[in-house]
Amino acid sequence: MSILVIAEHDNATLKGATLNVLAAAAEIGGDVDVLVAGSGCQTVVDAAAAVAGVAKVLVADNAVYEHQLGEVMGDLVANIGTGYSHILAPATTTGKDLLPRAAALLGVNMLSDVIEVVAADTFSRPVYAGNAVATYQSNDAIKVLTIRATGFDAVAATGGSATIEAVDFVSAYGKSVFLSEELAKSDRPELTAAKVVVAGGRGMQNGDNFAMLFDMADKMGAAVGASRAAVDAGFVPNDLQVGQTGKIVAPELYIAVGISGAIQHLAGMKDSKVIVAINKDEEAPIFQVADYGLVADLFDAVPELDKLV
Amino acid sequence: MKVLVAVKRVIDYNVKVRVKPDNTDVDLNNVKMAMNPFCEIAVEEAVRLKEKGIASEIVVVSIGPKVAQEQIRTSMALGADRGILIETEDKLESLTVARLLQAVVEKEEPQLILMGKQTIDSDNNQTGQMLGALTGMAQGTFASDVAIDGDKVKVTREVDGGLRIVTLELPAIVTTDLRLNEPRYATLPNIMKAKRKPLAIMTPADLGVTMESTQTLLKVVPPAERQAGIKVADVAELVEKLKNEAKVL
Repeated sequence: MSILVIAEHDNATLKGATLNVLAAAAEIGGDVDVLVAGSGCQTVVDAAAAVAGVAKVLVADNAVYEHQLGEVMGDLVANIGTGYSHILAPATTTGKDLLPRAAALLGVNMLSDVIEVVAADTFSRPVYAGNAVATYQSNDAIKVLTIRATGFDAVAATGGSATIEAVDFVSAYGKSVFLSEELAKSDRPELTAAKVVVAGGRGMQNGDNFAMLFDMADKMGAAVGASRAAVDAGFVPNDLQVGQTGKIVAPELYIAVGISGAIQHLAGMKDSKVIVAINKDEEAPIFQVADYGLVADLFDAVPELDKLV
Repeated sequence: MKVLVAVKRVIDYNVKVRVKPDNTDVDLNNVKMAMNPFCEIAVEEAVRLKEKGIASEIVVVSIGPKVAQEQIRTSMALGADRGILIETEDKLESLTVARLLQAVVEKEEPQLILMGKQTIDSDNNQTGQMLGALTGMAQGTFASDVAIDGDKVKVTREVDGGLRIVTLELPAIVTTDLRLNEPRYATLPNIMKAKRKPLAIMTPADLGVTMESTQTLLKVVPPAERQAGIKVADVAELVEKLKNEAKVL
């Protein structure tokens, strides 16, 4: 078997989710190649070549791949993917955008958000907003999967020495153009990679009150997340959303502040190692998954907690 | 311009999903069904484009059993002009759905195709992208803003790091995210009017598409249960537990 893993990166850094996907690839077994497609992405190529267990790094370094648009990436992956038994990408917005396009070009179905490798052709994934876990056997000639990072422990980022090979294929697709990007700039750890996440919900009442969560997070070296209710209400931007349709996180410690615990939110954080819930409503469903629950007004509890951590 | 909206009949989002005791699937017997919420957002966006005078006609297409006509009628009550049901009792996999939609696109030649980014049953998030591949159209996935500008559409996409804006040549495919709009409710007069709007019924064979399945569902189980822990009396006890018991501080 031979597996192609699509690297998640921003032309400068290889993103951690790639290492989780490589762990899934290792469970399937076989030769593992990594595709780095971007522009001026040599540091990413070097990082990918150093990862344990990678046989070959395929490099498509060209201006057309700078923003990794789904259309050109789909073309590229379909072009080089034909020789592989499996094609894997992280279940990030980039992976979710490009991989179905590649699968359809290859004439195969795909499985999204895989959390378990049962066998080389059999995989489990959450369905119905995480209310059920379905196991599918794929009869497609090429198994195309997006991998949910929280389902697999990352492989070591070092210890490998893969060969590096340039890819000649350049997509000529021109119907989509990157215009601009508004990315949150922050010194805090990335939400999906943080060891500690402090998340706020509707109970925060407004965006200004999130300041106290950001302050506490900075002290703890934590990332800040939010429930869909808080994002929909405009308290914080969408990239903070934790849940079935937002980000899936599994930190060592998840502190849910003023979050009731709708099933869609729980689907995004219930694999956290330790869950703390602070909510004044003792009937809130979040307490059913919390290891430590504190029934209190968050506006009293958070400042006090901030002093003690 | 003509807008095509794809909608799916799924379990109502308020219904508590239960797995069948024999673990073959989830139990959909006698549960309330409704339009997939992301599809509702797609219909709403099409209706708003029509209200702005940009869209001239809204065609709604659904694939599924006869009763999926309900969701097409709902779309019409919200403002769609006519509907197409591709009737099939078969299990639907994304690639087949994309092929069926491709056939409809070739017939209808819409300038814009709006669809939900995912359905809340299979949670696949694949069909729009696959339709893009099959038709060669550009794809604006996970949209939180859609602006038509001449022969192009500017789409603001919700991505992991924040927002990204792309310009796509029309015809194009846009898949909706939650914050694109807030769908309206259908009014009673519009529900009555919807009953008289044209709804064409066809089969996959009429469209020249063979229903194929490449994935076998082996089992469905409930997710691992997480046990509720303890309640702490105050912040001091919480910090003490996190430090000494859980050892995460």
